[in-house]
Amino acid sequence: MQRRNSRWLIGTGLAVAGALTLSACGSGSGFGGDSADSGGELTSDSAQGLNVLIGSSGDAETASVNAAVAAWSEKTGTDAKVSVASDLNQQLAQGFAAQKPADVFYLSTDALAGYASNGSLLAYGDELANKDDFYPSLVNSFTYEGDFYCAPKDFSTLGLVINTDLWAQAGLTDADIPTTWDELAAVSKTLTTDGQVGLALGGEYARLGAFMAQAGGSLMNEDSTEATANSAESVAGLEYAQTLLNDGVMSYASEIGAGWGGEAFGKQLSAMTIEGNWITGAMKSDFPEVNYTVAELPAGPEGKGTLQFTNCWGIAADSPNQAAALELVEQLTSKDAQLTFSEEFGPMPSIQSAADEWKSANPTLVAFLDGADYAQGVPNVKGAADVTSDLNAQLESLKTGDAQAILDSVQKNLEALLK
Amino acid sequence: MSTPARTSRRSGIRGGETASGWLFTAPMIILLGLFLVIPVLMALWVSFSDWNGRGSPFGGTVSFVGLDNYSALVGGGGLAEQDFGTALRNNAWYVLLVVPIQTMLSLLLAVLVNRQILRGRGFFRTAFYFPSVTSSVAITVLWLFLFSSSGAVNKLLAFIGVNGPNWFNDPSGVLHNLLAAFGVDTGPAALTGNTFLGISFWEWLAGPSVAMSAFILMAVFTTSGTFMLLFIAALQNLSGDVVEAAMMDGANGWQRFWRVTLPQLRPTLFTVLTLGLIGAWQVFDQIYTGTQGGPGKTTLTPAYLSYQAAFTNQAWGQGAAIAFILFVIIVVFTLFQRWLLAERGVSARRMRPYLPIPTSGGSK
Repeated sequence: MQRRNSRWLIGTGLAVAGALTLSACGSGSGFGGDSADSGGELTSDSAQGLNVLIGSSGDAETASVNAAVAAWSEKTGTDAKVSVASDLNQQLAQGFAAQKPADVFYLSTDALAGYASNGSLLAYGDELANKDDFYPSLVNSFTYEGDFYCAPKDFSTLGLVINTDLWAQAGLTDADIPTTWDELAAVSKTLTTDGQVGLALGGEYARLGAFMAQAGGSLMNEDSTEATANSAESVAGLEYAQTLLNDGVMSYASEIGAGWGGEAFGKQLSAMTIEGNWITGAMKSDFPEVNYTVAELPAGPEGKGTLQFTNCWGIAADSPNQAAALELVEQLTSKDAQLTFSEEFGPMPSIQSAADEWKSANPTLVAFLDGADYAQGVPNVKGAADVTSDLNAQLESLKTGDAQAILDSVQKNLEALLK
Repeated sequence: MSTPARTSRRSGIRGGETASGWLFTAPMIILLGLFLVIPVLMALWVSFSDWNGRGSPFGGTVSFVGLDNYSALVGGGGLAEQDFGTALRNNAWYVLLVVPIQTMLSLLLAVLVNRQILRGRGFFRTAFYFPSVTSSVAITVLWLFLFSSSGAVNKLLAFIGVNGPNWFNDPSGVLHNLLAAFGVDTGPAALTGNTFLGISFWEWLAGPSVAMSAFILMAVFTTSGTFMLLFIAALQNLSGDVVEAAMMDGANGWQRFWRVTLPQLRPTLFTVLTLGLIGAWQVFDQIYTGTQGGPGKTTLTPAYLSYQAAFTNQAWGQGAAIAFILFVIIVVFTLFQRWLLAERGVSARRMRPYLPIPTSGGSK
């Protein structure tokens, strides 16, 4: 018995050793290779085509990006292929681990710090020809430890979306569109009826954070170098939201049986919602019969405030043809390309020079773009996504919770990230 | 025992058997080694390293960091520890409820459909087994609809006058809710003041959240069929003689089940409990497709947390460390359960009713 056991062990040991050797051969030069470092010359192996990996919102976006990339490919003679990721984070991570990542890809502000800190990304921002055209707050969102990493693809801000029919039914006019916190509370009250709440929104930082901004607060300062989550201003913002919730004039979408603010609004469970410009697509396809208008968010004690969300075009540090990738990104963020994207699937252009044309093409959505002047980005320090998801978990019970205690815990968690 | 083995190995006609044996098992050993053993060893290394997801984990820039990843999870005092504690809390309640309920239910179903007098047994067996063959993603989506705030389940509850909860959006713990019904809103200071793995004992005792309860129902619904099948197979293997003998001795149906049938099902019970434990501790699909840890992190599980740490936060070492802690937990639970179900001699107290009555005073 003893004897057989030891033979079995030796056998397994041999098999494992053999398999290890095999796998070592498989990855070949990948072992220990650490070729790319940002700075210096861009790689330009023109024999290699470009792979573009996107996380698409739907067919319209896929077709639009495909067409733009194909046009560029035709013009420059460089092959480029667009793939749609089913799980962008996972596919990116696999590519980086194998050192064969997509050359150009969508990258969220959440993911920037993780990939920038492990050297996966090329910090090409300063080499962009149209660098100064981007909104400065967007550039800030994609600046990590002083380096401007990637070109903002487009962006969204939050606005106040109002159901015009319900508005008129309640006897309100255009003059009543709220511009202050008090007015917002008042119209929300007027619009709250049996089976319908005045204002519905998602119970998360990405919506409630706008109230904090209006009160002059934020989670972190602009450069994400200092945590400011439990400042008196931030607390005031959250307490205002808490008051609206407790007065019954504002509800979380989930409380009234909707997945998000747009659904609650479309189903007319609420007369107003706070959402970004992506709501226009959902309204057109799911609730075409609902008439609505968009206003800027009302100003708080410290003036106007909203949040902005954005993605960028990341370029991999391991890309063999970074020069071509950079050219492609410049093309995709150009005024013409962004206005076409906007027309085909709705995002707002990330460059200032396209603003006027966008406003004249989308007169009803001007409020969203006006928000860009005072919009606040979300923190992009490494690990911030965890902290905001913890905050979101706590915000679900904001109604009965203590705003100060919630933000104190966020402050503690953010400070831990900065150490 | 060893003597015949030695002689057989020496004999000429069987000399090549060992080599052939290895040859025949080699494909499986290589496949298992390549796709199971090596990845597991690699993950073990990652859990002790500072690999950040770029390039090979064996590259020159990756260094050994000892137990750093583990200590951040079990004693770091930060968000990582708190999340891990929350995930363990959620999953522990899930296991505590899912495993016993699914085992009992599947045994009950097996006994029911195994009865000779039941008409249409085939139909019932198929019907009960059906949820198990459906993909868990499809069932999760179905569940999200059924348990939405205006879904079928709440409509049904409203029918009998109960105002149903907003299932998948309700982060409140079931036990806390129960206590609140008796006017207990906050725990004693001894429970709220002291913490384990970053969350207070009062939070540990919250019970599964309402959202998690919906997942518990789903797990019971989907897995009972599979385990029912195992129990049916075992029941059909039992010989009728023993039961008949028990009948002759005057045991009623209840006694026959508890004293005769169930003890004979011990090996199957062990299998079912072990598989149930493993499955319940590794719950991932439902969370990934359903709630992604929400509401209020009350459906966060270690398996999902591990995925999230690695793929969205680039904390690969921590993700691997969570996976290995989970592995240890599962092994410990299985061993404990094996010890619990081990065959033991019947205690004297238990045995007493069955012993012949001593004829005291016979010698007088």
